[in-house]
Amino acid sequence: MQASRDSIIDIWGERTPYRGEWPVRVDQCTSEEPDSWVQSACVLCSNGCGIDIGVKNGRIVGVRGRKEDLVNLGRMGPKGLHGWVANNSRDRLTKPLIRKNGKLEKASWDEAMNLIVQRSKEIIEKYTSLGIGFYTSGQLFLEEYYTLGVVGKAGLGTPHMDGNTRLCTATSAAALKASFGTDGQPGSYSDIDTTDCILHVGHNIASQQTVLWMRILDRLAGPNPPKLIVIDPRETYTAQKATVHLAPRLGTNIPVMNGLLNLIIAAGHINQAYIAAHTVGFEELKKIVTNWPPERVEEVSGVPAAKLREAAHIIGTSQSLVSTVLQGVYQSMQATAAAVQINNLHLLRGLIGRDGCGIYQMNGQPTAQNTRECGADGDLPGFRNWDNRTHVQQLADLWNVELDKIPHWSPPTHAMQIWRFAEAGSIKMLWISGTNPAVSMPELTRIRKILQKEELFVVAQDAFMTETTKLADVVLPAAIWGEKTGCYTNVDRTVHISHKAVDPPGEARSDFDIFIDYSRRMGFKDKDGAELIKWNTPEEAFEAWKECSRGRPCDYTGMGYAKLTGGPGIQWPCNEQYPDGTRHLYTDGVFNTAADYCETYGHDFDTDAAVTQQEYKATDPKGKAFLKGSDYLPPHEVPDEDYPLWLTTGRLVYHFHTRTKTGRSKELQDAAPDGYVQISEQDAAKYNITEGDMIAVTSRRGKVIEPAKIGGIEPGTVFIPFHYGYWDNDERPRAVNELTITEWDAVSKQPHFKYAAVRIAKADGIL
Amino acid sequence: MHIGKYIDLVHRSELDLVKAFRLVADAHGDEVDVYQTCMLLSSWSQRLADNVQVFAEKYGEENDDEPDRLTQTLLKETRQGGMALLRDLQDLYLIVSEVRVCCAILKQGAAGLRDEALMVTCEEIERQSKRQVSWIYTRMKSAAPQTLIAAE
Repeated sequence: MQASRDSIIDIWGERTPYRGEWPVRVDQCTSEEPDSWVQSACVLCSNGCGIDIGVKNGRIVGVRGRKEDLVNLGRMGPKGLHGWVANNSRDRLTKPLIRKNGKLEKASWDEAMNLIVQRSKEIIEKYTSLGIGFYTSGQLFLEEYYTLGVVGKAGLGTPHMDGNTRLCTATSAAALKASFGTDGQPGSYSDIDTTDCILHVGHNIASQQTVLWMRILDRLAGPNPPKLIVIDPRETYTAQKATVHLAPRLGTNIPVMNGLLNLIIAAGHINQAYIAAHTVGFEELKKIVTNWPPERVEEVSGVPAAKLREAAHIIGTSQSLVSTVLQGVYQSMQATAAAVQINNLHLLRGLIGRDGCGIYQMNGQPTAQNTRECGADGDLPGFRNWDNRTHVQQLADLWNVELDKIPHWSPPTHAMQIWRFAEAGSIKMLWISGTNPAVSMPELTRIRKILQKEELFVVAQDAFMTETTKLADVVLPAAIWGEKTGCYTNVDRTVHISHKAVDPPGEARSDFDIFIDYSRRMGFKDKDGAELIKWNTPEEAFEAWKECSRGRPCDYTGMGYAKLTGGPGIQWPCNEQYPDGTRHLYTDGVFNTAADYCETYGHDFDTDAAVTQQEYKATDPKGKAFLKGSDYLPPHEVPDEDYPLWLTTGRLVYHFHTRTKTGRSKELQDAAPDGYVQISEQDAAKYNITEGDMIAVTSRRGKVIEPAKIGGIEPGTVFIPFHYGYWDNDERPRAVNELTITEWDAVSKQPHFKYAAVRIAKADGIL
Repeated sequence: MHIGKYIDLVHRSELDLVKAFRLVADAHGDEVDVYQTCMLLSSWSQRLADNVQVFAEKYGEENDDEPDRLTQTLLKETRQGGMALLRDLQDLYLIVSEVRVCCAILKQGAAGLRDEALMVTCEEIERQSKRQVSWIYTRMKSAAPQTLIAAE
């Protein structure tokens, strides 16, 4: 392997210190010299770095960063530089499989699709399409999500469509909607270029978005570096660079955020004029946060009052601010309420809508943004409001179907509820695409049990055999990145095109083709008897999607394949008004909260009780942002005598999710070959544990055995990365989701992966 | 004066709610959000019941038989089967509505007596009961299609 830098040993590479214009640095990694380079973007984190795929003799032989790309200016991280080898892996799925007499056997596409169609029709006959559910991914392409969304909502008419994005990014969307009326990140990565202060809340950015961290490292090394505030219970790579590092106890995000806001309001570091002109709810918010003086915050969260004051002072007096939020907030108790506090911070200080001021409510997966836009997760396409008949009518007109075909009697069913319906038996068919719930969902014993239910027909669409496909009734071999053309969008709304570089192996097909095939075989038609899905190619689907997005915040009408090809990426909205895309939303302080435009009428943060259209219209904020607060609720499960330690879970820099791709790169797998349990020095001493000892970690849900890794974490808490399932090593229970809890945030429905109560003991060689 | 009777009505129906939410939580533990929200809402009702208690001493709570008939028919036990959750939630809805009506009437009495403190307590009950009923309504609506159409 020939790489321009060793990204395993030196994750972030050479520094290019700067302020203002980020310099170019091209990274690349190839196994041979390519004959040609094909334009694409990386799909191994939500950064979406512009890259080219190197091709030789019909195979992918490497990758190279695109020097002109807005997002990375040529750089790439370790996963991007090495993950591509998985495309060429010998164990790719190349033929459909059907379970016969308990075993998965090779079959033809016709056989497999006919079986799926037959089963679908049987279920619809007896139970309607409410008996069918879809669980998709955050790694497919925009055109695929839009196709799936139309198939689900206008073909089948089922509300049961969501994806693993529920597990990683749902809170990001929920928080943006709660504060600003619709989804849509207000800021731009370019804000890092000039900002004076960066705040990371529950986000180990150094590990998860390595290239974005490179941008920050380069600012830290340059003139007038920004101050860095990091809120994380562990001493992560990110925390190591912090000006101030706050390490709260698990489950105490609300006390810490309330405490910060309280100090900032009390010090008068707020923009009164901005608050009066552009927000509603200040007095209510102030009342709630006043209950959190620094001493009380310290008592509940463990964060020293002096440190909280220091952080509040820096954030309160900075002229500009970039804040990022991810799983430490999103997968914790009171996720939406805590995530909204970061929005509140920017609103109170008037730090929105201009250079240097950005909020990145992060996405956890490379194309998660598109599921939110296209309605392949629990949202309606185009950030439309299911409770607003006018919005639903727009979709009905666009797709030429009856209004009532499109389910809009309640919010679309969220993933945890889809799984519950499958468990209880009212969903009889579950179509899983591009994800591995048998390792990534909480409480794996329960998930395996559901997947193995006799009465549940499971279709799993993937590029490889996984712990999930192993349990499916039909397995469909899918093409992946590099083997199909399409577009996708990252955290800061930058849209990239990825051109097909090579053919998929064997009989593998793109998810796009599979969904269209299903639609044709099912006979989905519009009101006039014409094909419901009117497109046959990804480009045609993109053009159809553009029309769907017209006039909505995520407006793509000014883009096209031609414009995206050869370009540096385009940030939506891109339309007549903004032909080259848009850096910042809400530059005039007018938000998307008007009753006829907003994506949601809102929810009670503690219960998710829906605000009705009538109630919302009565106090229509008409473009003002909401300042919403919540008081502290302790986590549902806390350490006790039987389970005296906190468990938290998370990711490593070298792996993505369940390692379906990254586990197949020798460099990445060697860099992080196995799971581990990270324990503090104090707890290690208490339990007489030395580095590398095999430790049994048990919760009320299950047990895993991991080698011990000592240091870098507060006493009372242990950490286990969630990447390690069983496809390449089933010698011992080691997937941390054996231990996690089936519960979720009231508003965003994102599961609480970040805390559970466990006990530990030396495994003594007994496995 | 009959205000003592209405204080009793509000107090007892709030206590009935504490129990009712718990009952539904325990019966539907498999619906995790139902369990957790019912436990939370039960704790709200407990606090509200305690707040009303203060006025029972002031005005002399008097027993009134009538509402017991309502709360003795509804949710005597939780149900089994495909419709269980929906029907149990519907019963909860009716019990919360009982609290809201009793409280509305009590608040009128408080206004007539110019009892500022009792007014404030009634307003708090109004606010929290509205939140409780909104949740039940939202949750019932979302469960209904699946129960009515696809469940066995």
